Amino acid sequence: MTDTATLKAEATELILSKRLFAVRLPALVLLYLVYVTFAFDIPGLAERARMDNARALVADSYSYKTHVTRDNRSGEVTIAIEGERKGTYPPGEAPDWVTLGEETVIDLGRGHVVIYTDRGMRYDIPGYGVIEAMPTASRGVVTNLGNELPDWISVSKNRLAITTEAGRVSVTRNRTEVFRYFAGWELFFFSLDSPYHGHGLVDIVAGPRIDPARENLAGAWADFWGNPMWRHGEVAWAIFETVLMAFLGTMGAALVALPLAFLAARNFTPVMAIRFAVRRVFDFVRGVDALIWTIVLARAFGPGPLTGALAILLTDTGSFGKMFSEALENVDERQIEGVQSTGAPMASRYRFGVIPQITPILLSQVLYFLESNTRSATIIGAITGGGIGLLLTQAIITQKDWEEVSYYILLILAMVMLMDWLSGILRRRLIKGR
Amino acid sequence: MTELSNAGGPAVPDIRADYMALTRRRRAYSGVLLIVFVALMAAGFQVADDRNAGGFRDGLHNIFAFPAQVIGEAVEKAALLPGHLVKFFPALVETINIAAVSTLVGALAGLVLSLLSTRGLARFPRLIPLFRRIMDVMRAIPEIVIALVLIFVLGGGPVPAMIAIAFHTGGALGKLFSEVNENADLKPVEGLESVGASWIQRMGLGVMPQVAPNYLSYALLRFEINIRASAILGFVGAGGIGYELKNAISWGQGKFDEAAAIFLLLFGAIVFFDQLSSQYRDRLTRGRGAP
Repeated sequence: MTDTATLKAEATELILSKRLFAVRLPALVLLYLVYVTFAFDIPGLAERARMDNARALVADSYSYKTHVTRDNRSGEVTIAIEGERKGTYPPGEAPDWVTLGEETVIDLGRGHVVIYTDRGMRYDIPGYGVIEAMPTASRGVVTNLGNELPDWISVSKNRLAITTEAGRVSVTRNRTEVFRYFAGWELFFFSLDSPYHGHGLVDIVAGPRIDPARENLAGAWADFWGNPMWRHGEVAWAIFETVLMAFLGTMGAALVALPLAFLAARNFTPVMAIRFAVRRVFDFVRGVDALIWTIVLARAFGPGPLTGALAILLTDTGSFGKMFSEALENVDERQIEGVQSTGAPMASRYRFGVIPQITPILLSQVLYFLESNTRSATIIGAITGGGIGLLLTQAIITQKDWEEVSYYILLILAMVMLMDWLSGILRRRLIKGR
Repeated sequence: MTELSNAGGPAVPDIRADYMALTRRRRAYSGVLLIVFVALMAAGFQVADDRNAGGFRDGLHNIFAFPAQVIGEAVEKAALLPGHLVKFFPALVETINIAAVSTLVGALAGLVLSLLSTRGLARFPRLIPLFRRIMDVMRAIPEIVIALVLIFVLGGGPVPAMIAIAFHTGGALGKLFSEVNENADLKPVEGLESVGASWIQRMGLGVMPQVAPNYLSYALLRFEINIRASAILGFVGAGGIGYELKNAISWGQGKFDEAAAIFLLLFGAIVFFDQLSSQYRDRLTRGRGAP
């Protein structure tokens, strides 16, 4: 009977301790999160956050604006997409919603019309009325507005700004500007100076020759590939460089690690000292980490894809070495003995007894690393200066071309998912047999 | 030797010839594959070398120049080293905190996502493909993308890095967790369902005890990876030891002793957590109480 009693007591104690654990663990996690909340100053985050940046980023990533600018001193009107030199319409040309002439008429759609008069500006807003503004040298910007203004109009001595759902107007002493927003990415296929701008795919493939000097398809491809705003050719190269870094790094690491792994495996290298030394080398290159290798190698080789590839190679030699040697320690000795019993020499024993056993494991690990290194190569590229990572950081640092940032992000996503898919297919084919 | 009865079947020499032909063909395929692979490696190396600012050959000579410079300066100012180690320790703690929080948050997200995307356990079986795609996308986004965008919006500091790493971790762990879930025994779940347990109770009491050791082991491995990731993200402006390293490095000569101290700290931290987690994972997979 005492047996049952002790058993019961033990069980009760066990359940109690498990219950306590079930409470303590979440409590500990919660406590840690509270500590981190203050360590990371999350309460102060709201102040530091720049919501206007976020809005600009989101708006820019799916839309673009066209600037219609008049220099109020010379009276010259320029129309430029995103206000960039590369997106400027040639003088005398305009999109169909702008009528150039004595008075420039800008149709913002939905009934909103802005007219640049001789010296001033007139904006007809449906449901509100007509706003007139005249920039003058002595009295700043003179308007017909009263004192009671809605919050989408702001006026001061030297500046008038109106934001409506159709666009934005700003008048200062020096210039009058209208911004009209459009959905999509501007000039993605052809820039304005290309003869193919404004032509559809059908026109280019089946229509008459557009540029007399060139074949339609070849010319269109050349203009698309060399688009000065989006630089498709360079971006494609950058993607290729990133994949190349991952490929060279991963495969190189596997090739270096395989022979070394034999030296680190207990059953192939009986000498303890060698094993120990090789293992510490693996630990060292792995522990130093890709970040430090990148910095060190960038000093020697300069920025570029080779540096990134070598950094990946060094780090992964450590990881592969560790994994391969573990795989080697788990090989089945009987197969090697079987080969040996036929009188096979050393090399044949490894070739037919060991390699077939570990190939599936090795290949699956290598392919898995190849995929994950594509992501690492993006980051390493940002540090060492190569590949799509560099383009992305540059585009983000300029803080202007968010549509390019979102384009690069989409490309990176596509690249990583493609590599993921590819390595998955290869893994299945190589390991499970065809 | 007696001939084995093989009447009606192909003669032994035929089988042998077929086998040899097959072997030869396979060898030829392997040979071609090997040649293609070697050619790819060589061509890739050539291209990378061409597009690099400095060539491979020239660089190989001064590969030790920079480490030598750093070590030289560190040795010269060896007396300052302990001070530097103390000075940069808080930055290291920040880096490790980023990794720990993002592993924690990512593991929680991965847990929910994995349960929602495992057949037999999912709360909404029709939505399994949706949750799987969500995890794929989360996994595919490199941390640096989210980190850079968030640094622009939220300003520099540990929070953008934390969110970025947690996001990626959620996807990566979610996939591994759902592989674990697939091997879980469904009987406890059915038992709990028969007594009217809710979905959360079924998962918490029926599935979690089965999968927790594997989950923990994967999460630890991820923590190790995330320490490296958070150090790298620091380098692009997300705080922690990476940021200090960047400052010390870009200052150039004169601050290399600080760089050496940071190298040491980072290396030590990575090796320490590497050993710790691999030991703990060993214990988890081999069962409690094992040495």
